[in-house]
Amino acid sequence: MTARASMSKATELQLEIDGLPVSVPAGANVAAAVARATPAFRRAVLGEARGPLCGMGVCFECRVRIDERDHQRACMVLARAGMRVQTLV
Amino acid sequence: MSEHYDVLVCGAGPAGLAAARAAGSRGARVGLVDAQPRPGGQIWRHDLRFGEPRAARRALAAASGADWVGAAQVVAAERGGLLLERADGAISLRYERLVLATGARELMLPFPGWTLPGVTGAGGLQALVKQGWPITGRRVVVAGTGPLLLSVAAGLRKHGARILAIVEQAPAARVRAFALGLAGSPATAAQALQLRLGLIGVPYRCGEFVQAAHGDGRLQAVTIRTPRGLMRLDCDHLAVAYGLVPNVELAHLLGCRLERTGPHAAVATDALLRTSVPEVFAAGEVRGVGGVATARIEGRMAGLAAGGADAAADALRRTQHKARRFAAKVARCFALDPRLYALAEPATIVCRCEDVPMAALTGFQDARAVKLATRCGMGACQGRICGDALAAMGRYAQPQAASPLFPVRLATLCEPRTDSLSVTST
Amino acid sequence: MKSFDLIIVGLGIVGAACADAATAAGLRIAAIEPGGIGGGATAAAMGHLVAMDDDPAELALSRYSLALWEEFVDLPQAQFSRCGTLWIARDEREFGMIGAKIARLASAGIAATPVDAGQLVRLEPALCAGLAGGMLVPADAVVYPPAVAQFLVERSVARGATLMQGRRVGALSDGGVVLDDGTALHGPTLLATGCALGDLAPRLALRARKGHLVITDRYPRVVHHQLLELGYAASAHGSDAASVAFNVQPRPTGQLLIGSSREFDSKTTAASMPMVRRMLARAVEFLPGLRTHQALRIWTGFRPTTADGRPYIGAVPERRDLWVAAGHEGLGVTTALGSARLLIDQLLGRLPGIDPRPYLPARAWQ
Repeated sequence: MTARASMSKATELQLEIDGLPVSVPAGANVAAAVARATPAFRRAVLGEARGPLCGMGVCFECRVRIDERDHQRACMVLARAGMRVQTLV
Repeated sequence: MSEHYDVLVCGAGPAGLAAARAAGSRGARVGLVDAQPRPGGQIWRHDLRFGEPRAARRALAAASGADWVGAAQVVAAERGGLLLERADGAISLRYERLVLATGARELMLPFPGWTLPGVTGAGGLQALVKQGWPITGRRVVVAGTGPLLLSVAAGLRKHGARILAIVEQAPAARVRAFALGLAGSPATAAQALQLRLGLIGVPYRCGEFVQAAHGDGRLQAVTIRTPRGLMRLDCDHLAVAYGLVPNVELAHLLGCRLERTGPHAAVATDALLRTSVPEVFAAGEVRGVGGVATARIEGRMAGLAAGGADAAADALRRTQHKARRFAAKVARCFALDPRLYALAEPATIVCRCEDVPMAALTGFQDARAVKLATRCGMGACQGRICGDALAAMGRYAQPQAASPLFPVRLATLCEPRTDSLSVTST
Repeated sequence: MKSFDLIIVGLGIVGAACADAATAAGLRIAAIEPGGIGGGATAAAMGHLVAMDDDPAELALSRYSLALWEEFVDLPQAQFSRCGTLWIARDEREFGMIGAKIARLASAGIAATPVDAGQLVRLEPALCAGLAGGMLVPADAVVYPPAVAQFLVERSVARGATLMQGRRVGALSDGGVVLDDGTALHGPTLLATGCALGDLAPRLALRARKGHLVITDRYPRVVHHQLLELGYAASAHGSDAASVAFNVQPRPTGQLLIGSSREFDSKTTAASMPMVRRMLARAVEFLPGLRTHQALRIWTGFRPTTADGRPYIGAVPERRDLWVAAGHEGLGVTTALGSARLLIDQLLGRLPGIDPRPYLPARAWQ
């Protein structure tokens, strides 16, 4: 492996969004990972799909299930390798 | 287990960082807490690709003597202590003095289609992109009001976004007058010019606003009301916000007196930034929207005062007042067009957490009566988004803040605190 | 001078039910409420329609009232959800009490079945291990009381009731009331003012028994019935300074509503974090999975409580034409409709549906 390739490998990590593998730079939040897979994060009370609104943890529109725990704000959680994220739960 | 600080600073944006540094310079044992995983707040948020602005890096370094408690959300408070929740458990932090630098959130005003994925706040999209949101090649409309729109647009462009337009609701004449008025503040003028240069080729449309968003499952187009009629723009993102609302909830919970110069409350203080609760100070946006310069100087003042250096804090008052005067000028220039408060149609969802439409929200005594009858405000955001909007629209004043300040795990409320508080320097 | 067949003071769920029963009987009424309709204890309440067998008088009133609640099964704003109540026995001693409880409920016409440890797990997989079993009361339900109170008042107004919202009764007069704005109303008066009863009827002063509630975000299909530990009755009927008892309700939204706590003599409506801690610690003992659930809101409510725990429903001695329907402790929603019928029957000299003697205010004079 070249030095450049090993460096880019070190700065990316892989997690699962709805069962599909997604790569994001290290330091990205879960929202950045979800956005690479789908625009829809959660289902509202009357059934509409929603995505993040405020980007800073206030609106709770970006809630997803992370590793079996519901109602996690994707914009406030750092992405970690191997995380399993589910949308529209 | 809990930690005890001479001065605890809540919020690690420009105000909080300045307060932490100032208090530390007086020999106080300082704790600095923020719900975000890294310090910087909103405007100095760490950008994965570009780091943070130089001023931010300096402020971070200067505050490195404080104990950094990150990714910790304040959920409850009592005299002399805060209860915080982290991913790994709950912690208590006790303090002799508390500096509230909790900042502000964006004001979102409802309009048809605002709930489509792809519609975000202006600073909100900036925040998402800084943390890795894919924006390269995406078509973005930046809308709302204020100088913030320019810095958002420039920042997004740096990340490869295609900025289709900046849609500023203030009329061109007022914006021009504001720009000319900057001649008195050379640093700000230079900054503004730099922004403008970074945005060459991007239409800056004044006296216009987005009146609707369209799309099937996600945003695909917006309708802009212009003085000459309606205009439709196909786009992938709408980054829209109409100013800022101070995050006063923790202050309110602590018993700090609030004041209202407009539809939203801010924390009241004396000249040295002491709130009505003697050991609690407030600095920056939480005292009323004032911008970065105000936040930095007030953070420093509050940190000095909390550290017992009243004379040093007092010496900064003139600079502080100047900064606040400038901020007031900005607010006047970018005052909101009343038509923005009437964009929601009867079917437009106003309470997004509980899907309560505009039509359901008329004819009640107060916000509590609305809540009991319609569920508006009963959701996860605890009435922040809808409450801000309804207050701005002159419908209902915002109700009391209560514990928990944010949704909190039941375990946090009933189990012992985690044993060790792993602290690192900033 | 405005004259009425009945002046109803207070429009919580009990006052609203009385207004509805009075207007249904053809009475011309005034209904007075200083705040929101159903805005006091009614708004804080769990809305649990529950048959409790511990006190025969309570059971008689509850049975009578629960039958009347069936009218609202399909009323949309009532959000009627027949989830049933599942009482939980922690050990063999508690489980041994269930036979007698079932018999008492059966004699009141309320069906209940025993549930052994294995059945308990199947009915509620989220419960902790090691419980002895329980008792299922399938007809129990959950409603949303503020909206029902609003509906009952609107129905009364449609029948001609005069609603005076935002007004407060300043004093009783000889033959009626005087409002805070000086208006005098003439007619028999019914006090349905809950904890404030003592303001207008000092001899009948009630104690305010504070409770806490916590509601979570949406976690549908985790809990299926309203779950109560058998010790709840001891907490409700006991005179302990402060007690908690396991009580969790699945709301139609999928949120979980967690109670219960009881304490006297609190001077503040603010939540007490130590009490909340105690109450939640109890809840997670029975439902360990709740530990990671998000709590959205915490609030308090005050149960109007008499010395013997039974409400006052009837005429006030030593006064002509003064009536009371108040002091229902934790059964205000369950017994509101029955209380209203019982009161109006007595007012009109009709044969009451149940024996009114256990609830007569006159007992406070003994």
